[in-house]
Amino acid sequence: MCTLEKRGNVFILTFTGEDQHRFNPNLIGSLLSLLSQVKAEATRGSALITQAQGKFFSNGFDLDWAQAAGSEQGAAERLHHMVALFKPVTAALLSLPMPTVAAITGHAAAAGFLLALSHDYLIMRKDRGVLYMSEVDIALTIPDYFNALFREKIGDASVRRDLLLRGLKMKGDEAEKRGVVEAAYGGEAEVREASVRLAENLGKRKWNGEVYAEIRKGLYPQLSAILGLTHKAYTIARL
Amino acid sequence: MCTLEKRGNLFILTLTGEDQHRFNPDLISSLLDLLSQVKAQATSGSVLITLAQGKFFSYGFDLDWAQAAGSERGAAKRLQDMADLFKPVIATLLSLPMPTIAAITGHAVAAGFTLALSHDYLIMRKDRGILWMPEVDIAVTLPDYINALFKEKIGDASVRRDLFLRGLKMKGDEAEKRGVVKAAYDGEAEVREASVCLAENLGKRKWHGEVYAEIRKGLYPQLSAILGLSHKVYAIARL
Repeated sequence: MCTLEKRGNVFILTFTGEDQHRFNPNLIGSLLSLLSQVKAEATRGSALITQAQGKFFSNGFDLDWAQAAGSEQGAAERLHHMVALFKPVTAALLSLPMPTVAAITGHAAAAGFLLALSHDYLIMRKDRGVLYMSEVDIALTIPDYFNALFREKIGDASVRRDLLLRGLKMKGDEAEKRGVVEAAYGGEAEVREASVRLAENLGKRKWNGEVYAEIRKGLYPQLSAILGLTHKAYTIARL
Repeated sequence: MCTLEKRGNLFILTLTGEDQHRFNPDLISSLLDLLSQVKAQATSGSVLITLAQGKFFSYGFDLDWAQAAGSERGAAKRLQDMADLFKPVIATLLSLPMPTIAAITGHAVAAGFTLALSHDYLIMRKDRGILWMPEVDIAVTLPDYINALFKEKIGDASVRRDLFLRGLKMKGDEAEKRGVVKAAYDGEAEVREASVCLAENLGKRKWHGEVYAEIRKGLYPQLSAILGLSHKVYAIARL
């Protein structure tokens, strides 16, 4: 499932186990709960790293659970349900009052890629793992908030076209070159170290978390609107 | 303060003096006044260059003037007033019926960076000067029109994230490489020469200024909407 620990100022959210870390209502519920905890314990200098054990960061929604409904309609409803349940996870990350880093040491597909992309910085492996939006290949359309996230986080229209319309399986070096991730490293340990280093460096800036979150929401206005996020202005109180 | 001169088809707007060229209501008012004059005297082949003397292009709003209000609330109100007063400057530049160039020979920070970015072309020094949005560091949020300007002028989402969420102080070579400025040169004289050279080349195209401005507004639709700019269609009168 997922766990939360704290090392100094850095919160570390981990998908545990060697499985595909697929999002079903239970895991989504746990994620939301842990993100609430992170928000509640946030202070100046806090940062979040989200990471996973094993070969997968996350392979997306739990389609087995959807199919276990026993009928096509039932499966479609369950999938729709998970899309709706997952929206608050994206909203929570967009509003989190601290810098966020996704340490991608395995495959990040569909909602798994979305989760990674909901972070401020993505660090990935060069030697293993792909970023992949499988929807075009399995004939599923993309939810509105997924589209908005991709549109506002990835500026290059050709990259978005390759990911969403071509089902491109993007490896780390291409992801780094084309600006989808901040950096790619040759190995799991290197990715984790780089993520911790980055999180610590960002934490040293001791930003006001609430203002940081407001500025972040301002960077992604269409996504913020779709997620129903409110805005608050902060003006200079003290100079 | 600021002055306006004309050299052939070139309008040259200069922020004079060795100070930080901070925007207070007086300077903003002068700027608006001079830009009106530029608009009134525009002809086919006109071009505007905005430049500054000294170490600063502009360091943004006059925070000393804001603080002189004498209270936290007074300071916040003065800052909001300046943000409101500055919006028409951006609107005027977005609607100016001629190509515009910002010759950045010193630091362009916050509203100063915003002013520069409101031009069609940015030319910067490589050896001195930075572009910087310090709002995350001083814990203030950004007005909607500034968010929209950066979003529509800078396509690379990672660059926007670095500028807004990381408070990156961007030097000329990085700004050129990452597409924030058109070109960066080694030295003040080189920047000014390159700006004049670019201006002359653009002027030679003898564009229809009103149509140029409409096409420009069409490039930045969300910003135009926030600035309350109207649109006009020009159809082919003569082929």
